[in-house]
Amino acid sequence: MDALTDFVIPQVAWHAISAILVLAGGFFFVAGTVGLLRLPDLFSRLHALTKADNLGLGLIMLGLLPFVPDVFYGAKLVLLWLLVMVSGATGAHLIAKRAVRGDGEDPQ
Amino acid sequence: MTELFLSVSLLLLVTMTAGLIRVVIGPTSADRMMAAQLLGTSGIGALLLLAPALGLPALVDVALIFALLAAVAVAAFTRRRVGVNRLETETR
Repeated sequence: MDALTDFVIPQVAWHAISAILVLAGGFFFVAGTVGLLRLPDLFSRLHALTKADNLGLGLIMLGLLPFVPDVFYGAKLVLLWLLVMVSGATGAHLIAKRAVRGDGEDPQ
Repeated sequence: MTELFLSVSLLLLVTMTAGLIRVVIGPTSADRMMAAQLLGTSGIGALLLLAPALGLPALVDVALIFALLAAVAVAAFTRRRVGVNRLETETR
């Protein structure tokens, strides 16, 4: 922790913010898994999955940012989250389009 | 903070295990693919939490590989078309 940021915001506050963010991310992952197991439709399950992907991982990443050793490490975390968001949105659209057309189901 | 990171990553492992139920009972293959995608993202979160908790910064690179492979897997899954296989069986 840098001395300047330690002067502006004390370290206990950083730890509290990080703990809240990481716990919120874990909550979103639990909610996404429960939604994937309990929701009745494929599209509603897709909705629960994308929420867990974007928000859960984003909150965990934000909670880890106060503990990065250098800037490069933090930039790698942010880029990882952006990659997961882009690939999750693309995958959700592809799966939804395939399900709407109904052309990808296994032959009976 | 190490204890909190380890416990949340253990929680993510538990949700991954619960998500495997959808892989087993999923009625369509799209459900199984979605469950696998959630498993991949939960694994990424667990690896990101384990990297500072265990003092292994290389785990972030492993998480990057997970993200790349999950994106490619979903795209390859949705490119599979039954109509192509049906055409093959008709012409055979």
